[in-house]
Amino acid sequence: MSVSAEENPTSVKQTIVLEGATVRLCGDSGDGMQLAGGQLTGTSAQLGNDVATFPDFPAEIRAPRGTLAGVSGFQVHFSSQDIFTPGDSLNALVAMNPAALKTNLADLDPGGALIVNKDAFDKKGLGLAKYDTNPLEDDSLADYQLFEVPMTQLTRTAVEGLGLSVKEADRCRNFFAMGLVYWIYGRKLDTTLRFIEDKFGSRPSVAEANRRTLTAGWNYGETTDAFVSNYKVEPAKLDPGKYKNMVGNTALAWGLMAAAKKSGKELFYGTYPITPASDILHELSKHKNFGVRTFQAEDEIAAMCSTIGAAFAGSMAITGTSGPGIALKGEAMGLAMILELPMIIINVQRGGPSTGLPTKTEQSDLMQVMYGRNGESPIPIISASGPSDCFDVAQEAWRLATRFMTPVILMTDGYIANGSEPWLIPNADELPEIPIEHPGPNDSGEQFLPYTRNERLARPWALPGTAGLMHRVGGLEKEDITGDVCYDPDNHEHMTHTRAKKVALIADDIPPQAVNGPEKGDLLVLSWGGTYGSCTTAVRACQEQGLSVGHAHLRYLNPFPANLGTILDNYKTILMPELNLGQLQSLIRDRYLKDVVGLNKIQGKPFAVAEIVTKIKQLLG
Amino acid sequence: MTTELPVLKAGDFASKQDVRWCPGCGDYSILAQMKKMLPSLGVPREKIVFISGIGCSSRFPYYMNTYGIHSIHGRAPALATGLKCVRPDLMVWVITGDGDGLSIGGNHLIHAIRRNLNINIVLFNNRIYGLTKGQYSPTSPLGKTTKSTPMGAIDNPLHPLSIAIGCEGTFVARSIDTHIKHLEKTLKRAAEHQGTAFVEVYQNCNVFNDKAWEYASDRDTKLENTIELEHGKPLIFGAKRDKGIRLNGLEPEVVELGKGITEDDLLFHDEKSTEPSLAYLLSRMRHEDGFPEPIGVFRAIDAPLYDVELNRQVAHAREKKGEGDLNKLFNSGETWTVS
Repeated sequence: MSVSAEENPTSVKQTIVLEGATVRLCGDSGDGMQLAGGQLTGTSAQLGNDVATFPDFPAEIRAPRGTLAGVSGFQVHFSSQDIFTPGDSLNALVAMNPAALKTNLADLDPGGALIVNKDAFDKKGLGLAKYDTNPLEDDSLADYQLFEVPMTQLTRTAVEGLGLSVKEADRCRNFFAMGLVYWIYGRKLDTTLRFIEDKFGSRPSVAEANRRTLTAGWNYGETTDAFVSNYKVEPAKLDPGKYKNMVGNTALAWGLMAAAKKSGKELFYGTYPITPASDILHELSKHKNFGVRTFQAEDEIAAMCSTIGAAFAGSMAITGTSGPGIALKGEAMGLAMILELPMIIINVQRGGPSTGLPTKTEQSDLMQVMYGRNGESPIPIISASGPSDCFDVAQEAWRLATRFMTPVILMTDGYIANGSEPWLIPNADELPEIPIEHPGPNDSGEQFLPYTRNERLARPWALPGTAGLMHRVGGLEKEDITGDVCYDPDNHEHMTHTRAKKVALIADDIPPQAVNGPEKGDLLVLSWGGTYGSCTTAVRACQEQGLSVGHAHLRYLNPFPANLGTILDNYKTILMPELNLGQLQSLIRDRYLKDVVGLNKIQGKPFAVAEIVTKIKQLLG
Repeated sequence: MTTELPVLKAGDFASKQDVRWCPGCGDYSILAQMKKMLPSLGVPREKIVFISGIGCSSRFPYYMNTYGIHSIHGRAPALATGLKCVRPDLMVWVITGDGDGLSIGGNHLIHAIRRNLNINIVLFNNRIYGLTKGQYSPTSPLGKTTKSTPMGAIDNPLHPLSIAIGCEGTFVARSIDTHIKHLEKTLKRAAEHQGTAFVEVYQNCNVFNDKAWEYASDRDTKLENTIELEHGKPLIFGAKRDKGIRLNGLEPEVVELGKGITEDDLLFHDEKSTEPSLAYLLSRMRHEDGFPEPIGVFRAIDAPLYDVELNRQVAHAREKKGEGDLNKLFNSGETWTVS
C-alpha cells in the first residue's frame, strides 16, 4: 500500500529550503499540461506561497501529436517572497516528450532539474521533434540534473486492473508528472485529490486512475534513489486576509459583476468568441443569477452594436474582444462615442497584426484604441496591470463610463488574462458604490433636451420607457443641447471640442499618478498594462543596488493623470518598456514633448526581469 | 384602479423635425401609415423605439416622436437585439432598406430573423441606392442600368422574403407604399405578432428608380400583377377575380377559373403552416416569370422568442440559485487565509 503525503508528510530524504522556484510543465497540447499547471498553482497558493503563472499554448487546438508546433506549457513561480512575475528562467522543467524538451530547454537554468518522460523518447518521438540523435544519450544535457522517468510505463502500471484502455491510461500521465513535482517541492496532494473528486467523481474508474497516478508520481520521488533530496518553499508574508488564486479573465468578469451590483444595474455582455477574451464570456455566462445576460453575437460588429442597444436601454453594457475584433468594432465604437452612452469595451490584446499570434501576448493595440476610428473620436482608455487588478479596473471603468457618459476602453492582454496570482478577497459590502442617475418622467409638455450637460459635460442618460423623454439619437452630428441633426459648421466645431474636453476632464476625476521610488532621480521606468510585474521587479532590484530609479505604472492612458508631466520632469532619463514598437512612447512624446527611451520586445512573450535591469544599467552607464 | 391611457392620434407620433425625403418619395406613405396605425395598438409612445441604419429609409426614427436611434449602416438589427434582450417590455421597430438590410447588413438581418426576437423589421425595398445617388442595389434586377452599372447589372438579385423564409422567419409579409390600407393593416399584423416580424414594402424612389414597382402599384395593372394573400382562402387574382394559382407538383401555375377549374382546385393559403415550403414557393412568384406577386402575410407562426427565453434563463437561475451574492462568489472554491 502506498503512503500518501498527507499521512506521512515527513520525507525520509533531506529537505532543502528555497526562497522560491520556477517550474514549467510542458508536453503535447493533448497532454493536459494546462490542467497540471493550474493544479500546481492552486496547491502552491494553498500552501501560502505567493504565486504567478504563465500559461503558454499554441493556437492550434490539437496540432499533430508530438510535433514542435503542438507543444503546450504552463509555468508556475511560487515563492516565500512577494513576487510579481512568473520568473525569467526555470529551476525545473518537466518535458513530456522530445518536442517539449526541444522547444523549452533554452529557458532552463544551468544545473536546473530536467525531468523527462523517458518512454516518449523513442524513434518516432525523436523524429517528430526533429532530433538526429537522442538527447538523453548524447551528453547534450550534461549541464542539467537529468531525471529520466519512464512515466508512460509507470502510469500504465498504476492504473492496472481499472479496465482502462491504453489510450485512457496514457491520459493520466499528467497526474504522474504532477505527483512527482509535488514531491520534489514538498506540496501536498489534497487540493488536487479534491479536484479529482469534483471533476471526475461521476466516472469512478477515471477518478481512481488519476488518484493512483498522482500518488504513484509522489511515491516515485519518495522511493527512487534518483531523487536524493526535495525542497521546501515557506509561505509568503502576504498581507493578512483570505486569499484565492485568481486568473485575469475571471477577475475581470467578477469585477464587472461587482460594478453592476454596486450601481444597481443588470449586466449585458454582447460578444463574439475570440482568443484570449472568450473566458470572460464563459465566466459571465455562469452567473445569470446575478442578472447577467450574455449574448453571443453573429460577429464582432453585432457584438458592439448590441452593446450600444443595451446601453441606450439602460443596462450596464459591455463588449469584450481582442485586437482583430476592435478593428471590426471601430465604426460602431465611433457611434457609441457620439451617442455619449456609457459602456465598456474590453480589449484583451494578443500578438498582431492581422490574425497574428492569437495565444501570445502583446501591447500593440494602443494606437488602435486611441485613434482607430474615423473623425475626432476620443474615448477614455484604462488598463489593468495584472490578473487581480482586472477586478478593480473593471469597476473603475464603469465608474468613469457612467460619470462622464462615455464608452470606456479597458485594456488587458493575453498574459494578464490567462495568468493568475493570489487575490486578497475583498468584502463586497465595502466595495465603492457607483451611483447612477436617470432623469424622471417629464409632463411639462416641453421637448426633452438630450444634449444638455452637467459640470463634467456629461449628458443625461434618459431611458426608454420614461414618459415625456422621447428623443432620438444618431450618428449624424447633432445640435448642441437639442441633439437634433445639425450641419452647422460652428456647431460641429463646438461639439467636437466639447466631446474632446469631456474626456480630458476625466484627468481631474482620477487619482494622481503614483511613483514607486525616489521623487526625483536619474531614471524613471514608465510602463502600462501587463509589464507591471517585470518592471516592478526590475526597478526593485536596481533600487536595492543603490541606483536612483523610480517606477510609474500607468492605469489611465487617455487622459493621462494630471501630474504626469511634472513627474516626467523629475528624472533625467525616462525608460518605457513596451511589448510593441513604442506606442505609448509616441503618445508620451506627442503629449509632453519629452525624449523618452523605449525598450521594445515583439516576441509574443512578456519581458524577462533581467532584460529591463540590463537596459536600466546600460542607460545609467 | 386602472390608469386611463390617453388616446393618441397619428399627429402625436410626429416629431418636430422637418421631414426631408424628396417630394413624391414612397417613404412618406410608409411614415403616414405607421403614425396612423400606432395609436390603434394602445402602446404609449415612450414604450416604443425605432432603430435604423443608414440610407433614405433610415431617417425614419427622426420623424417619430418615440425613442429612436439612427445608427450605422446595416447594423440596426444588432442594436435592436441588444436593446430587446435587456428590455423586453419595449416595442422595437427596425427600419431598413434593400441596401442597408440586404447588402452591408445582411448578416445581422438573417441572424435577427432566425433568433426570433420580439421585434418588427420593415424593409423599404426600392431596388436602388438612393442616398448615394443611384447605384444598383442587391434587389436591382439583372441588367439594371445605373451609375455604377452603365452596361447593366450582372449579379443576381436577392429576394427579401425568400431570405426571411429561409431563416425560418415566424412572420413574413409584403405590402406596397401606395396601397395604404393594405400597408396599415400589414404593419398592424406585424406589430401584433409575437416574434420577429419581417415586412417588405415595395417603395418607389421617384428620383433614382421611378416606377420600379409600377406593375404592382399602378391602378390599371395592380390587380393583374399582384395577389392578396388571405389565410385559408384560395389564391385568386385579376380585376375580374377570374384567375388563380394552382400547384402542379411543386410548381405554381396560373390558371383561369371556369372551364372545369373551380376554386377548390386552387392553392389555399395557409400562413400558419409550420413547414415553410409553401411560403417560400409564394416568395418565388415573380412578375418577370409571369406570376402575380403575392402581398399580405406569407407566414405567421408561433415559436419561442429569444428575448423571452434569455430572460427566462435569468429568472430560472435566480429561482434555482437565489439572487447572486458577491461575497458568496468571492469566497467560493479553494481559498486560504494568511494571518
